[in-house]
Amino acid sequence: MMEEVRLIQVKEEIFSDNKEIADDLRDNLVKEKTFLINLMSSPGSGKTSLILKTIEKIRDEFRMGVIEADIDSMVDSEKVAAQGIEAIQLRTGGFCHLDASMVKKGLDAMDLGGLDLIIIENVGNLVCPAEFDTGATKNVMILSVPEGDDKPLKYPLMFTVCNVLLVNKIDYLDISDFDIHALRERVLTLNPKIEIFEVSCKTGQGIEDWTNWLREEVKAFGVVSK
Amino acid sequence: MHELQVTESILSIVLKHAEANRVNKVVAIHLKIGELSDLENEWIQHYFDYLSKDTKAEGAKLKIERTPVVLRCNKCSNSFEVNIKQMKEIQCPECGDKKCTLISGREYYIKHMEVI
Repeated sequence: MMEEVRLIQVKEEIFSDNKEIADDLRDNLVKEKTFLINLMSSPGSGKTSLILKTIEKIRDEFRMGVIEADIDSMVDSEKVAAQGIEAIQLRTGGFCHLDASMVKKGLDAMDLGGLDLIIIENVGNLVCPAEFDTGATKNVMILSVPEGDDKPLKYPLMFTVCNVLLVNKIDYLDISDFDIHALRERVLTLNPKIEIFEVSCKTGQGIEDWTNWLREEVKAFGVVSK
Repeated sequence: MHELQVTESILSIVLKHAEANRVNKVVAIHLKIGELSDLENEWIQHYFDYLSKDTKAEGAKLKIERTPVVLRCNKCSNSFEVNIKQMKEIQCPECGDKKCTLISGREYYIKHMEVI
């Protein structure tokens, strides 16, 4: 006898577990008044340099911490810790991105009550991190000039999920064929609300515009500066 | 690139429903995944075959419906489908404006499953 095939309605989001943990994290961060940034980009675009520049600019105003995600090294967290800033290293052990449960592990190891601003340095990758809500207050991405102005066409999702785009290594602009106007147009088509800052971690150009934006956001979140 | 994690989630949700509905065997799983996702159907199936061994979902076929990327023009509210990977520039076919809001294309959804 043929067994009869029946249909069962599932109607579930595949990432519902991750979303739930991320939403819990966000609620908790609001309670603790800790602003969490999820920083994403390709490898080598300047995430660690940007974090170090940001620390330099606003460490006197906010109590800062950093969560470093790396497939299997401690290089970045050591650089941050050398600045006297609390840094937690998460080894993702081959994972191409961080998800909310991994971020939770990092946050659990930190004293949230004593921190106003935490920056997560996600795994260098423009694909996977875009898919996973980490529970962050804001998503920030870096695109560096040598990577090319066509990246929004290749990795549209990343540009869609971010609140801020930092165009780093802007000091290379004159010696490259990177079209900054085309880039802005492509990004704004996908995400009209995104804030775009042109920066150079090397020369310091534009860093203040970024940290001014960040300062206002952190204050608006309810954090009182030191 | 993160097909493995996606597949683990699919399997755990499917087995939860299989348990609750006293299913003997899961034959097929119908998914809805947005075009903006970089997942490869073939790899999801490979991983699924591997992970589902010795479970009630062993051998189940994943039937993946890809939902198109749809944008809505912020100026004239016209909605339009785009092939985001092939287009050089995106603009509203009605009014030509270039600022749009993403309406669909990010789905990661299990619709239903066929069971015996």
